[in-house]
Amino acid sequence: MIQRHFDEELADLKKKLLHMGSLVQEMIHLAVKGLVEQDESMAKTVFGMENEVNGLHIEIDNIALRLIALHQPMAADLRLLATVVKINSEIERIADLAVNMCESTHFILAKPLVKPLIDLPEMAEIAQKMVSESLKSFTGSDVALAQRVLDEDDRVDDLKDQIFRELLTYMISDPSTIDRAISLILISRNIERIGDHATNIAEDVIYMVQGRDVRHKTKEMEKHKY
Amino acid sequence: MKTPMQNTVLTAEKIDYNGANIAKRFSGHNVMAQRPNNKEVEAVDLSIYYGNTPAVNKVTLPFYKNCITAIIGPSGCGKSTLIKSINRVCEISSKMKVEGEILFKGKNVYDRDVDVVELRRRIGMVFQKPNPFPKSIYDNVAFGPRLHGRYSRKALNELVEHSLRQAALWEEVKDRIQKSALTLSGGQQQRLCIARALAVGPEVLLMDEPCSALDPIATAKIEELVLELKKQYTIILVTHNMQQAARISDYTGFLLMGELIEFEESFILFTTPKEKLTEDYITGRFG
Repeated sequence: MIQRHFDEELADLKKKLLHMGSLVQEMIHLAVKGLVEQDESMAKTVFGMENEVNGLHIEIDNIALRLIALHQPMAADLRLLATVVKINSEIERIADLAVNMCESTHFILAKPLVKPLIDLPEMAEIAQKMVSESLKSFTGSDVALAQRVLDEDDRVDDLKDQIFRELLTYMISDPSTIDRAISLILISRNIERIGDHATNIAEDVIYMVQGRDVRHKTKEMEKHKY
Repeated sequence: MKTPMQNTVLTAEKIDYNGANIAKRFSGHNVMAQRPNNKEVEAVDLSIYYGNTPAVNKVTLPFYKNCITAIIGPSGCGKSTLIKSINRVCEISSKMKVEGEILFKGKNVYDRDVDVVELRRRIGMVFQKPNPFPKSIYDNVAFGPRLHGRYSRKALNELVEHSLRQAALWEEVKDRIQKSALTLSGGQQQRLCIARALAVGPEVLLMDEPCSALDPIATAKIEELVLELKKQYTIILVTHNMQQAARISDYTGFLLMGELIEFEESFILFTTPKEKLTEDYITGRFG
């Protein structure tokens, strides 16, 4: 087996992507903690981390593009680089969503909470775990773990619906809660989107490892084993 | 009557601008993409021996009509032997033993009643290094037709022009057609060799590393030409240049030490090869 300089460059690129991934996991954690503990100081840290994520977003894209142009990779190398570029965008979007959550928190904390927060932290925990596991599946080329991430997404979606229904009853019974309730709904929507991005990462990992495209798979397709 | 699923497939194919069908898109390499059923040439259980060692070992490989099929593999893997055995030009230079069959339109080219000269007219060949005859451009192209049949002066002129146009060379040489072919550049000489091969009206074109002696611009011209030619001819291309195989071929076969390791649609072979050996070779890990 020939040792390739290219492999070292790929390993460095993966390392950068994982660093970016750990930053956004911390951002989600802080954004939710800021809301639950009613501590706005978390937001500042999140905003600071977003700058670093944005820098990495551009840097990773540039390195991947350079490797594609100079090495003209094939097969597994090509799939890896295509996946890195896609995951890079997904992670950057997750960072944006964490920032959005902090902004909504700012409005919510201006007045007393509409209701005790129970489902929202649980939902955030699942979404954060999905992000963490999707990145782990990328590092370990672990298709089984990526598949588990895909399965988790339904739970996040269900919790989002539940939160929406509950807050709707609050808004109907007391219209003065509308602004804070809507902010909470927006936060749940942001968390749900984080779950979607983790799902996308997991789908990309399955493509990277097996060359199998599992995106947009309808039940009809599954029935016919396409 | 169509089932609802068949309708879905048709609709999806319409919007699939890459030509990859829906089965392939949704399941990667788990489902075999539909292959054409018109094999112009087919190697069946083909083994070729120089002495006791097989240079090609039990290879079965289809070459579809109007498709470009690339054969890749490291030096000495048997790809040139394989391509040269298709129109039996390898018999000229060396003693060899062939087992198995090469079917051309269903008939084994090694059958006793096959006219080898006629076979080589119908299966033309272009070599690695441009090898024009030390004659005029016109005479190079007219050489084959003069051997194979009697043409009037007018018919021959038309045939030469047509062949040079097909090889995308006419505009560059029409004013110096009687000049020596050796005054042309390497890329032009190679296109002249393609025109010479086309002039005898072949059905299959064998190309043994046709661009390896050419610069990138001449290479690009030949590649464009080959893509144009596949509308009329079946093309079999041996190449060391994997990017070239990926760019222009429809199907690719990977040979290693005389054995066919993998044969697949090129898009699939270069993105998701099934065999580890193919993966190692095309990613440059082979050693």
